Amino acid sequence: MTIDRRRFLAAASGGAVALAAPSLVRAQGAGAIRIGEINSYTAQPAFLKPYRQGWELAQAQVNAAGGVLGRKIETIFRDDAGKPEDAVRHAGDLINAEKVDLLSGGYLSNVGLAIADFAAQNKRLYAASEPLSDALVWSKGNRYTFRLRPSTYMQAAMLVEEAARLKARKWALVAPNYEYGQSAVKWFKELLKKARPDVEFVAEQYPALGRIDAGATVQALEAAKPDAIFNVTFSADLTNFVRQGNTRGLFEGRDVVSMLTGEPEYLDALGTETPEGWIVTGYPHADLATPEHVRFRDAYQARYNDYPRLGSVVGFDTMNSIAAALAKAGTTDNEALVAAMEGLTFPSAFGSAEYRAIDHQATLGAFVGRTALKDGKGVLVDWRYADGAKYLPSDDVVKTLRPAG
Amino acid sequence: MLDLILTQTLNGLASASSLFLVASGLSIIFGVTRIVNFAHGSLYMLGAYLGWTLVAWLGPASPLGFWGGVVLAALLVAGIGALIEIAILRRIYPAPELFQLLATFGVVLMIQDIALAVWGPEDKLGPRAPGFRSFVILFDSRFPSYELLLIAIGPAVLALLWFLFRKTRWGTLVRAATQDREMVGALGVNQRLLFTSVFAFGAGLAGLGGALQLPREAATLHMDLSMIAEVFVVVVVGGLGSVAGAYLAAVLIGVLHAFGILIFPKITLVLVFLVMAVVLVVKPYGLLGRRPAGQPRATAVEPLLRPADRATKRAGLLALLLLAALPLAAPDSLLLILTELLIFTLFAASLHFMMGPGGLASFGHAAYFGLGAYGAALAVKWLGAPMEPALLFAPFLAGIAGVVFGWFCVRLSGVYLAMLTLAFAQIAWATAFQWVELTGGDNGILGVWPSAWAVSKTAFYYLALAICAACVLLLRVMIFSPLGYGLRAARDNALRAEAIGIDTMRVQWAAFAIAALAAGVAGGLFAFFKGSVFPTYLAIPRSVDALLMVLLGGVQTVSGPIVGAFAYAGLSEQLAKLTLYWRFALGLAIVLLVMLFPRGLVGGFLAWRERLGPGAGAR
Repeated sequence: MTIDRRRFLAAASGGAVALAAPSLVRAQGAGAIRIGEINSYTAQPAFLKPYRQGWELAQAQVNAAGGVLGRKIETIFRDDAGKPEDAVRHAGDLINAEKVDLLSGGYLSNVGLAIADFAAQNKRLYAASEPLSDALVWSKGNRYTFRLRPSTYMQAAMLVEEAARLKARKWALVAPNYEYGQSAVKWFKELLKKARPDVEFVAEQYPALGRIDAGATVQALEAAKPDAIFNVTFSADLTNFVRQGNTRGLFEGRDVVSMLTGEPEYLDALGTETPEGWIVTGYPHADLATPEHVRFRDAYQARYNDYPRLGSVVGFDTMNSIAAALAKAGTTDNEALVAAMEGLTFPSAFGSAEYRAIDHQATLGAFVGRTALKDGKGVLVDWRYADGAKYLPSDDVVKTLRPAG
Repeated sequence: MLDLILTQTLNGLASASSLFLVASGLSIIFGVTRIVNFAHGSLYMLGAYLGWTLVAWLGPASPLGFWGGVVLAALLVAGIGALIEIAILRRIYPAPELFQLLATFGVVLMIQDIALAVWGPEDKLGPRAPGFRSFVILFDSRFPSYELLLIAIGPAVLALLWFLFRKTRWGTLVRAATQDREMVGALGVNQRLLFTSVFAFGAGLAGLGGALQLPREAATLHMDLSMIAEVFVVVVVGGLGSVAGAYLAAVLIGVLHAFGILIFPKITLVLVFLVMAVVLVVKPYGLLGRRPAGQPRATAVEPLLRPADRATKRAGLLALLLLAALPLAAPDSLLLILTELLIFTLFAASLHFMMGPGGLASFGHAAYFGLGAYGAALAVKWLGAPMEPALLFAPFLAGIAGVVFGWFCVRLSGVYLAMLTLAFAQIAWATAFQWVELTGGDNGILGVWPSAWAVSKTAFYYLALAICAACVLLLRVMIFSPLGYGLRAARDNALRAEAIGIDTMRVQWAAFAIAALAAGVAGGLFAFFKGSVFPTYLAIPRSVDALLMVLLGGVQTVSGPIVGAFAYAGLSEQLAKLTLYWRFALGLAIVLLVMLFPRGLVGGFLAWRERLGPGAGAR
């Protein structure tokens, strides 16, 4: 090909337009939509590595389909190291320096609350993915904060439904000594007492998070001779608790009801120690065969050569719900986005869910089932999907719980 | 009931064993090298992870595979310890006291990311030990046989150590070096070899402690820091350098945990630190520790602090003017970062005031920072106070704590003092964490936003700049006031200072309270800057941050904390943005800085200037 003058000029002007384009385009709001995602990536890698992979999968899918509002989505990931004050610093930096359009993330409840308060002060949308604290949408809820996962209250309510059917009357409780553990115990006691006025609570143990003295804790529970045990510990505390409990026979002839234990993050670590027959909330990643989930699982498996954890689902769903909100709002203006999020129905790996207008809590549910040991691995059996919408208090009660309205 | 008491005692003894293994290693290392090895918890963690891998590789079912794996893991960790000593610590022995702590903290950060990269984020539950899989019936309840084995291992190792230290030449040398290491060197003992072998030995004990935990606890990425706090307590309660004391203290702490669960299930966290505080107040050198022989600072003669010369004053003024003019040009995001750095500068300067001129190193300075923040937040939440009076309330609360805690602390010195400050800080932290009705627990206090006029980033920046600059200058003036001179006299030679009529304890008490007050001011500003307060403000990592800033800048310089705060906080801030492996990068940066500037950044700069022209030295 020879280059004549005309061609050269055309190419040059084309190049100039291309060079000038980003700033022009950006000025019109057609550059990438930027999301500032803050999470405890280094402090809680077991949950957040799959989370980030799920998130990036959803983002790649959205972008491959042409993005939203004709724009690609771009995410800036920041690590808060588990400290709320660092999360607030990143939030400020993301908004002011990185010019992100909205915020998301949060694993620990106090980090979530700090970002939520910052978001309200700065009038930015905050899509809280993981923090379970009820305060996030109720007592300290605000206009700009939405939460995806079923809260402590919802998960406790799902389990109480099962616990009330048991014959057990004398219950022992064990929970990590911080807000999540304390409020899980509070709701469990309150709701179970309402459903079964004849139950009594004979022992309560509150080991420090990540520092359980498992042998002594098991012994203290055993000494109270309960009919059943409600467990809120998770992660390494759970693993150590279960091993000591198995050796010392704490779980023999007793019902155990346990929060989050059916999630692959915690079940996988237990391996051959997995206790059988615990009633738990969790996620049966291998057996869930709904079309949405199979599509998600296959895509995840293909991209990462690994099966999804619950973190993957949370990351995937958060990203997709934000994309849905952007599409519904038709703009990145945060006030319009808040309006769009209220009552927004979005697709999730577990089927469609909704961000309730009344308290900004998503109706995403959880799976309730029993643990079992299969080929040396812990699995969830006899499970059913508990739709989050059915495990929330009535609207009147919610209004009293949420002063922000 | 009696059955329960007996089984809980056994439970306590079982957890005491691994605690003892790790603590004895730390204690031996400290005795000989005077290094507070912050990375000891990391070595314990490596022991657990390496044990997990090796046992799986050698075959967990056969006794040889299991125990071989455990021993091999301990030996590998000993090797890693030797490597750390040779590559890093050996180069910085002459540096000021506690400086090595900075290097070992860098190692902690690096190992965290290395472990994450090698073993992945999931917890690793080890296999049960062959021959000890099951239980025996004791007092009508099942008791794991492995726990019985652990109970036996503790005293066995204690006996072994006793034999080693009493009956072998190496042990005799270690004991001699613990007493007086200069003398050991003077007598022609190869100190390098001795130090390396001691460090490797202590590391090996930590590794063994970690590997032995496998059948009862999962290996996690958090076990390093949770162990190190506990082990510090054990070592200090037992008496630094005393192996028997470490065993006694480990048993005490282990049994305390087991019974604390029965009696106070909610305050197990703070119970340990309460005990440590009581022990240190009653027996300042621990249960079996002895007062260190001779002058602790016999070798390190601190360089003289001199008031700023003209060049330094000019540089300071220029920097201040630059900071004041910055909002005209800088974007909001930079202002946010700078505001945070300014607050940290005051925080670091307040610690430096007691640590540099005062010689009172604190491991718990975050207590006063956090109490300041809580003082402000509580005033807003409960009294409905606007920002201005709330900011006054911040140093008030911190100052009261400083006066009370300080009274106990200044009765001690050196590492014991540092540990008592840590104990008080943990008690303050636990109070903020547990008193949910008042403080909101770990959900903190939200909505602590500044008054309308200071909401804009520029206005708050100027507010922070004005308060922080004024306080830092005031601290500086005080260093060269009679109080400051008295403080330095008390640090350098308490006997002589007393002889010329300085009430050393009162001077140090005053310095402690002033430092707490200044940290409280910083905390109050921080609360309004972030808009919320949380117990993390008083937690150990924040105290470590302050310590790192001061050490990095240079303890025995006046401008050190300012430079250190900007260097450390700025560095970690930038690295956290650049990479998710920021801990490794930050750790490496700290280690390199420590090796390049063994007197801190400002100290290094001054030494360099001193070399260029005699008489130009000034700060």
